[in-house]
Amino acid sequence: MSLVTGLLVFAGLALIFGLILGFAAVRFKVESDPIVDQIDAILPQTQCGQCGYPGCRPYAEAIANGDEINKCPPGGEATIKKLADLMGVEAKPLDSAHGEESVKKVAVIREDECIGCTKCIQACPVDAILGAAKQMHTVIAHECTGCDLCVEPCPVDCIDMVPVTPKTETWQWDLQQIPVKVVES
Amino acid sequence: MKTSLTHQLWTFPGGIHPPERKDLSNQVAIATLPLSSVYRVPIKQHSGAAGPIIVSPGDKVLRGQPLTAAELPGQLPVHAPTSGTIAKIGPGRVAHPSGLPDTLIEINADGADQRQTLEPIGDYQAFSAADLITRITAAGIAGLGGAGFPTAQKLNQQRPLEALIINGVECEPYITADDRLMREHALDICRGTMILLHIVNCERAILAIEDNKPEAVASFTAVLNEFPAIELRVIPTKYPSGGEKQLIQILTGRQVPSRGLPIDLGFLMQNVGTAYAVARAVEHGEVLDQRVVTVTGENVDKPGNYWVRLGTPVADLLAHTGFRAEPQQRVIMGGPMMGFTLPDLTVPIVKISNCVLVPSTQELEPAQTEMPCIRCGACADVCPAQLLPQQLQWLAKAKDYDGLEQQNLFDCIECGACAYVCPSEIPLVHYYRKAKAEVRTIAREKAQAEVARQRFEARKERLEREKQERLERHRQAAEARKKAQAEAQQQGAPNPQDAVQAAIARAKARKAALAAAKAKQEDDSSA
Amino acid sequence: MTFKLAASPHTHQKRSTQQVMRWVYLCMIPGIILHHYFFGAGVWLQMLLALIVGLSAEAIAVKLRGRSIRTVWRDHTTVVTALLLAVSIPSLAPWWVISIGMIFAIVVVKQVYGGVGQNLFNPAMAGYVVLLISFPVQMSSWPLATELAQQRVDLSTAASLIFSGYTPAGYSLEQLRMGVDGLTMATPLDALRNGLTAQFTTPEIFASQAIFGAVGGIGWGWLNLAWLAGGLILVQQRIISWHIPVGVLLGLAVPAAIFQLFNPDTSIPVSIHLLSGATMLGAFFIATDPVSAATSNRGRLWFGLLIGVLVFIIRSFGGYPDGMAFAVLLANMCVPIIDKYTQPIAYGHGGKS
Repeated sequence: MSLVTGLLVFAGLALIFGLILGFAAVRFKVESDPIVDQIDAILPQTQCGQCGYPGCRPYAEAIANGDEINKCPPGGEATIKKLADLMGVEAKPLDSAHGEESVKKVAVIREDECIGCTKCIQACPVDAILGAAKQMHTVIAHECTGCDLCVEPCPVDCIDMVPVTPKTETWQWDLQQIPVKVVES
Repeated sequence: MKTSLTHQLWTFPGGIHPPERKDLSNQVAIATLPLSSVYRVPIKQHSGAAGPIIVSPGDKVLRGQPLTAAELPGQLPVHAPTSGTIAKIGPGRVAHPSGLPDTLIEINADGADQRQTLEPIGDYQAFSAADLITRITAAGIAGLGGAGFPTAQKLNQQRPLEALIINGVECEPYITADDRLMREHALDICRGTMILLHIVNCERAILAIEDNKPEAVASFTAVLNEFPAIELRVIPTKYPSGGEKQLIQILTGRQVPSRGLPIDLGFLMQNVGTAYAVARAVEHGEVLDQRVVTVTGENVDKPGNYWVRLGTPVADLLAHTGFRAEPQQRVIMGGPMMGFTLPDLTVPIVKISNCVLVPSTQELEPAQTEMPCIRCGACADVCPAQLLPQQLQWLAKAKDYDGLEQQNLFDCIECGACAYVCPSEIPLVHYYRKAKAEVRTIAREKAQAEVARQRFEARKERLEREKQERLERHRQAAEARKKAQAEAQQQGAPNPQDAVQAAIARAKARKAALAAAKAKQEDDSSA
Repeated sequence: MTFKLAASPHTHQKRSTQQVMRWVYLCMIPGIILHHYFFGAGVWLQMLLALIVGLSAEAIAVKLRGRSIRTVWRDHTTVVTALLLAVSIPSLAPWWVISIGMIFAIVVVKQVYGGVGQNLFNPAMAGYVVLLISFPVQMSSWPLATELAQQRVDLSTAASLIFSGYTPAGYSLEQLRMGVDGLTMATPLDALRNGLTAQFTTPEIFASQAIFGAVGGIGWGWLNLAWLAGGLILVQQRIISWHIPVGVLLGLAVPAAIFQLFNPDTSIPVSIHLLSGATMLGAFFIATDPVSAATSNRGRLWFGLLIGVLVFIIRSFGGYPDGMAFAVLLANMCVPIIDKYTQPIAYGHGGKS
């Protein structure tokens, strides 16, 4: 008899808690981005492929599947640190096999040398090069991610990677970096 | 609209009373600086985009002739400060704390100073607000108080106003440009205010002046009975009362919402210098090609205020006023609280340059080494924005950008009160400015990354679509072939499919025959 | 020549950290003089010892941390810590008591946390608490106030006691502490605590002990008034804000007054609470240590109130006769949460002006 009572009580409790939990799961559902989206949001989206994957999203998927987090040179230490926080792993130095962290650059085509072969247009991962066959090509500078992928295919080597120079709007208040001329008194 | 503008004055939290030193430069009338031989006019002198350049090297220009056009909203023209020849157009150092180059138009003055003006407007009330705004844009007027926001853009709003506030507070120590202008040109300032009232369709203007400028107050009380729409409010001296948000709090007791504008409360604020420039532009057709600049500090012989043509190199201004440089000299454009140091004297005077300060070392002691924060809270006590400066400082040093935004870093007006009182001499404002720049950079990079991601996805989609289209074309081609055959067959042509079938049947028959023959042979041999 | 580049603001108020600290120890002078007057010359030796040990310990700690000692000494915060600890402990305590206290305060509480500005706890009070729980006998052996003592403690007597434990005449500290009637005399708060625990009423205790001859106890009342005077100068000079001291005194006086009103026989009177023990020293000089206190004015008021209430609770119901050090440390622990809930509303975020 007491056994049956016990069973009934626990079954009842299980049912009630189950209902509460079920209700809570529906009512307080936390919408969270799938992990791949979160990783993708951290990556710099240069789509340069230096990590060995064809773009940032494929690398995000690879990280979600357990790949190393230190293969992104454009993102550098900051990205590695954020990825480490997100994935709950130790931050490690950038894997130099994939390249070194460097200043942000932008591709510039020396337009008088361009032969209009469209090879760079096909290589650009973000469609930031404008042009057509036998026509001069040009880079839409503010869309360029500086990924470097157009340099290699160019048959006449007319693409330069130019470091982005700070402007008054993008200046970071480094007073020490102002070139100071010596003025005669 | 509920009125919150009574004669009562409120106050804002915090604030400081640094030594004013205004008597150094406000004793003599505004003098006119002699013409320079070379002017360097930056094409961007306001906050907003520069307009396209409409002159080229070698062109002869007259004083007041526009050098750039204003085609888009937010653009403002700049004008030739004197007659002469365009020597060159190119990058040069401009009045910016970074010392980074921007585009300058260099003019060799011919000494004749021939001038062209716009058509003076006699009775402004006969003109529509739109016409007057066009005139203000054409005159290149930007807010002369410091930020340099295009005046026309600020006036060009359709929301009802409770009052126009004319800011004659000039709370920054040392600077007396507005003070002298108010003493000497109160009438023009009032006329400009009336024009502004007409443009924004408002009945009421409040003119606010700090009580440390009794002479300016007196010169207004002498003329204000002609202008019943303008009310004078003398407010107590405290830095930074002249900040837009602080002045609104003093006059109305209300706070401009974070990231909002005074217009959200029904107010619009203009500087006295701007009102003066508007009056000159409308009534006399004069463009903004000069402004009052205070030259002060113990290292000039003739401190005072000067009418300086925009584009005049600071070197010429200082040479005229008897500048004696000392070792480790600082040349500050602006006042001691918010001004920035110049790396050299080629920098030209622009629309927002209200002061050039050359202090001696005894006068404004250079900053000492930063010591550790002792959490004394003096900074929080003086912060007019009610922020926690020391908390912001820790967060800025730790590069905790989320924390900084949570602590409302972007409500900091960079007035410098916190750094002024800090006993450990921590350059707090500098940390905030750096952090703000970094936060903006991160936001910009994030936006760029988002665009890049979308473009990458779009390209992937495009490639995929093109592949599908290619396959689709192949499939359609194959179908078309089939269809053509079927049609041909109907018209009596042999079905190629039948031929194949026949060939297969023939092959099968041959195989079967072969097999049968083989079986027969085996039977024979075994029998 | 080159023009110097600098970040704005280019002008600066002339009040540096060392000037702030200098004001603090200048304002301690009246208290120190009365300390000398009532409890003998020992306080000077204690201060000297505290300074020597504190500054040396800091030098070693800073050297181990690889920093320059000149910049660390420049802010004078260790001087203030040393002086505060020296006036907090019994003035004839053995030399090693103050030495251990200072080493703990400077090395463990201050430098291990990263030096000035980084410490969570008030160094002087953390050092004091370590001493109190480690050496309860030495830490409660206050000398008699001069008016009650059989002999004055001059400098040589004090030196002899501090360094050898005996006066040149061969008396021990215990013998010195005996009053004219031959009984060991306690501080007013000690006497009250022991008497009340032994079920005596407050008036009975007052009548039985000679120390209650003046408001706050002989010596202690005047000493507290001296600290109050110095503290008021600090407030007047805006070295400290009034919020913390007012909070401490209110937090202590209000509950004390209520208890005195309802239970006059079994509670410590408000006058003793305010003018005895470490009340004024704590309210104006110790709780106001900016590093470990709350940062906004509203927060400072709450911080002070918390200390005051804690002092009252510890004195009335706790195991120690005075509770300033414990109260300050407990309030230090609450600073982050006080700061969180007393943060001013930033301009334009819906606050009222």
